[in-house]
Amino acid sequence: MENIDPALYGITVFVLACFVGYYVVWKVTPALHSPLMGVTNAISSVIIVGALVAAGPELMSTSKLMGFAAIILASVNIFGGFIVTQRMLQMFKKKQLR
Amino acid sequence: MSANLTMLAYSIAAILFILALRGLSSPLTARQGNMFGMIGMALAILTTLAQPNVMSYGYILGGIVIGGAIGTVIALKIRMTALPQLVAAFHSLVGLAAVCVAVAAFNAPDSFHLLADYGIKIQSRIEMSLGVAIGAITFTGSVVAFGKLQGLITGKPLVFRGQHALNLLLGLSLVGCGGWFVVTPDMLPFALLIGLAFLIGFLLILPIGGADMPVVISMLNSYSGWAASGIGFTLENNLLIITGALVGASGAILSYIMCKGMNRSIFNVILGGFGTEGGAAAAGGGASDKPVKSGSADDAAFIMKNARSVIIVPGYGMAVAQAQHALREMASVLKKDGIAVRYAIHPVAGRMPGHMNVLLAEANVPYEDVAELEEINRDFGQADVAFVIGANDVTNPAAKTNPQSPIYGMPILDVEKAKTVLFIKRSMATGYAGVENELFYRDNTMMLFGDAKKVTEEILSALEHL
Repeated sequence: MENIDPALYGITVFVLACFVGYYVVWKVTPALHSPLMGVTNAISSVIIVGALVAAGPELMSTSKLMGFAAIILASVNIFGGFIVTQRMLQMFKKKQLR
Repeated sequence: MSANLTMLAYSIAAILFILALRGLSSPLTARQGNMFGMIGMALAILTTLAQPNVMSYGYILGGIVIGGAIGTVIALKIRMTALPQLVAAFHSLVGLAAVCVAVAAFNAPDSFHLLADYGIKIQSRIEMSLGVAIGAITFTGSVVAFGKLQGLITGKPLVFRGQHALNLLLGLSLVGCGGWFVVTPDMLPFALLIGLAFLIGFLLILPIGGADMPVVISMLNSYSGWAASGIGFTLENNLLIITGALVGASGAILSYIMCKGMNRSIFNVILGGFGTEGGAAAAGGGASDKPVKSGSADDAAFIMKNARSVIIVPGYGMAVAQAQHALREMASVLKKDGIAVRYAIHPVAGRMPGHMNVLLAEANVPYEDVAELEEINRDFGQADVAFVIGANDVTNPAAKTNPQSPIYGMPILDVEKAKTVLFIKRSMATGYAGVENELFYRDNTMMLFGDAKKVTEEILSALEHL
């Protein structure tokens, strides 16, 4: 095989992930649609990975400042998203009182 | 950390994220799923920190601590009724973070390995402009959605002449700027691209009314995912691509479910202005002089006490009045008398998908008692009482009988089939769709005027003294 364009790998991964997302999300019970938004919100902040790379170098630069800002923004989301989801799910525990 | 090990760790994180969503298929496995999500995120961050080009740990930890502290405090303090605006605010942060990362990559393409011998790779330019545009639209769009939900901007649809033409023009300019940036990757087209996308996000959400917010929030949820994917393509990072696709798909499905719950197309929602034009024509029946039967809390308590089964239909009005706790107490009293009490949730009740379920769960309503539209709709025929609290349009039979009505074709809860329908409402005003609800004038309907919480509390005390 010749060299394959890395973008094609990306597109393959993307399309497969869309299918996985499609089937997994249809299985989510409608009662938990709010927690679903909470958790998707938290995991979409995985964008922090890019922010970490940008903020990584020792030398100060625009790029590093932007990375630093993005780290703060994404961290608000990661902590906020997972915690608020946990709070919601805590309330869906089986209740003793009938 | 070697490149292979990194790839492996990112894949594991992606699988953990999939399991986090999978867990939500049942309340029993959901908390475990959330835990998987957290582990996945920690793994992703630690893996990135172990990369040789990531060095300045001081700044990074500082950023995470600041952001983490803010996020934690907000998430612990927020009231469950304010969830929709919190989610909107969080979406805006994802969008802005995506913009920041794209700007960083533009300024230092070498640290992201985006350089070819002629400058930033063509392919990276395309991916970068997609990621930054979607991120910017997500940001301002979510800010407007937040403003509307928080009541800072009017929840009414804001429409003006030439709006669609303006949006179309801006959209085309955005595509043009993207093309310009791909050809000449300079500061100017990049900045213009971001500025235009900010403006479009703002204008896109402005004309959409308050009760369409479940669709808007789901749509922005989807956008935040696509933005993450776009950045993932730019950075050639599979974890970002996969996670973005998962979130994007999730938001798209939720938008679809919400649109179906209103029998409207996504375009109809985005074009906005719902409830401003169609309402007048549909309400033209001169219905306001028909007699209405209104009752007191004591009457309602008496009727429910003598029922065998009661179905409660909560809507956004219950959330506004914070009536869920009083409602649950009322239900408990009824249940002690052997009366079957269940709750019926319309897909678009509230301001975000699943909003009502969370509020009822907060008030300790067992989730087994809460049913979705398809599960419970047939049972209204056998129910003695339908207790509608803060809902209106989702019960309106005109959706089935009147093809002229703007809500025609929308799936509704068949409360009219119950022997008695109790409506708690503040006034006879129409709902969001601006349509008269003929149920108010039926013989088996009793209106209970007042604040949802106050009326429920009155019924509760009447029940206890009966």
